[in-house]
Amino acid sequence: MIADVAKAAAALFVAAIVQVTLLSQIDVFHGAPDLVLVTLVAVALLRGTIFGAAAGFGAGLVVDTATLQTLGVTSLLLTIAGYWIGRYGETTGRDRTHAPFISVAVVTVLYSLGALVLHYMLGDPVSASRLLVHALPFELIFNLILTLPVYALCRRLFRPPPSGLEEVQLLG
Amino acid sequence: MLLSIALITIYFRESSGGALHQVQSGGATVLRPFEIGADRVSRPFRDAYGYFAGLIHAKSENARLRREVDTWRQQATLNASAASENAILLKQLHFVNSRRFPHGYGSVGADIISQPPSALELQVVIGAGSASGIQKFDPVVTNEGLVGTVVRVAHMSSLVALLIDDTTSVSAIDVKTRAPGSVKAGSSFDHVGKDLRVDEGDELITAGWKSGELSSIYPRGIPIGRVTHVGQNDVDLYKHVKLQPFVNFKTLSSVLVLIPKNR
Repeated sequence: MIADVAKAAAALFVAAIVQVTLLSQIDVFHGAPDLVLVTLVAVALLRGTIFGAAAGFGAGLVVDTATLQTLGVTSLLLTIAGYWIGRYGETTGRDRTHAPFISVAVVTVLYSLGALVLHYMLGDPVSASRLLVHALPFELIFNLILTLPVYALCRRLFRPPPSGLEEVQLLG
Repeated sequence: MLLSIALITIYFRESSGGALHQVQSGGATVLRPFEIGADRVSRPFRDAYGYFAGLIHAKSENARLRREVDTWRQQATLNASAASENAILLKQLHFVNSRRFPHGYGSVGADIISQPPSALELQVVIGAGSASGIQKFDPVVTNEGLVGTVVRVAHMSSLVALLIDDTTSVSAIDVKTRAPGSVKAGSSFDHVGKDLRVDEGDELITAGWKSGELSSIYPRGIPIGRVTHVGQNDVDLYKHVKLQPFVNFKTLSSVLVLIPKNR
């Protein structure tokens, strides 16, 4: 468990630094890949709700600190995303091949909507058309491209927990 | 979730010198070496990409720039003559100027070290903060023109709202016709009366007004952009003016923060 926490912390920290320094500079109609979100989805799918929520909170805190944004905004969104995807992984999704892609696609859309609502509630003058019409389609494509390598890497880092069904060999 | 909501609430309600802001400033200082390290590792690759991407348009751009150089050379000769005449006239009139850019301002150069991961915020973090004398609302420029304003300051880093951010509004004037207005989000020149003249291709600069104790946070004379479209109708009170900023925000990598010399 401690090893998993350390590995998740390292993976999300690296993802957050790469995100804020490099990937955010990619700009196709305001759309950029979100490595932190994709990494969080992979971790949450493989390790469940509590782990996903905690990882999301920590990753959001690093992003908000590094970008000097309102502390807690990204944490809140990523905590919910981590918990929700963790729940999907625990119940049905973990062993399905399409699960990471479905998760990333759905979370990318919901994350953008959530961010928009939260910024409106905080009184920030944000442009819904720029986010939802221009940025979101390209962000979705970028994130889906990132999903395969990131999920494969996370799967190597975090072995899936035993399903409870062990092979039994009868003797005699 | 509760912890996140508590963080947002406290951060939102406390002053910029509050405990959470201080913690964030300390955290940003700790993260700074990682961000600078990642930036340095990636810079050769970005430079290589920029070099080859530039080659694609190099030939047509070269021809365009040669034409522009000829035009600007003639303009520079006229300007030099007008400037010397202006200096003589100001001296004869004993004219007292207000603070102007770039005179009366020092500058702090800084690299852009991180960008928010969302399309909602058009803001960047630069690698210089209060330790370098930067304060909130200091103007930020490059040699191309106005970049934006400092909106949050930590010890070793600052958050800059770009000219194209929805929160940014700048008092501006048309260089040729002196028509005043305000540039909103780096894309429109608002509140320009229909009786005033603005033409396509006109350059806009910061107005740098002062009224009693109040004054614009931008000094007069910083280039902002060029007018790309002018229109009006019978219903609206003002003209519809669109502009293209001089600064290319996609390739921005370092900036200058202007700091008044007498602060």
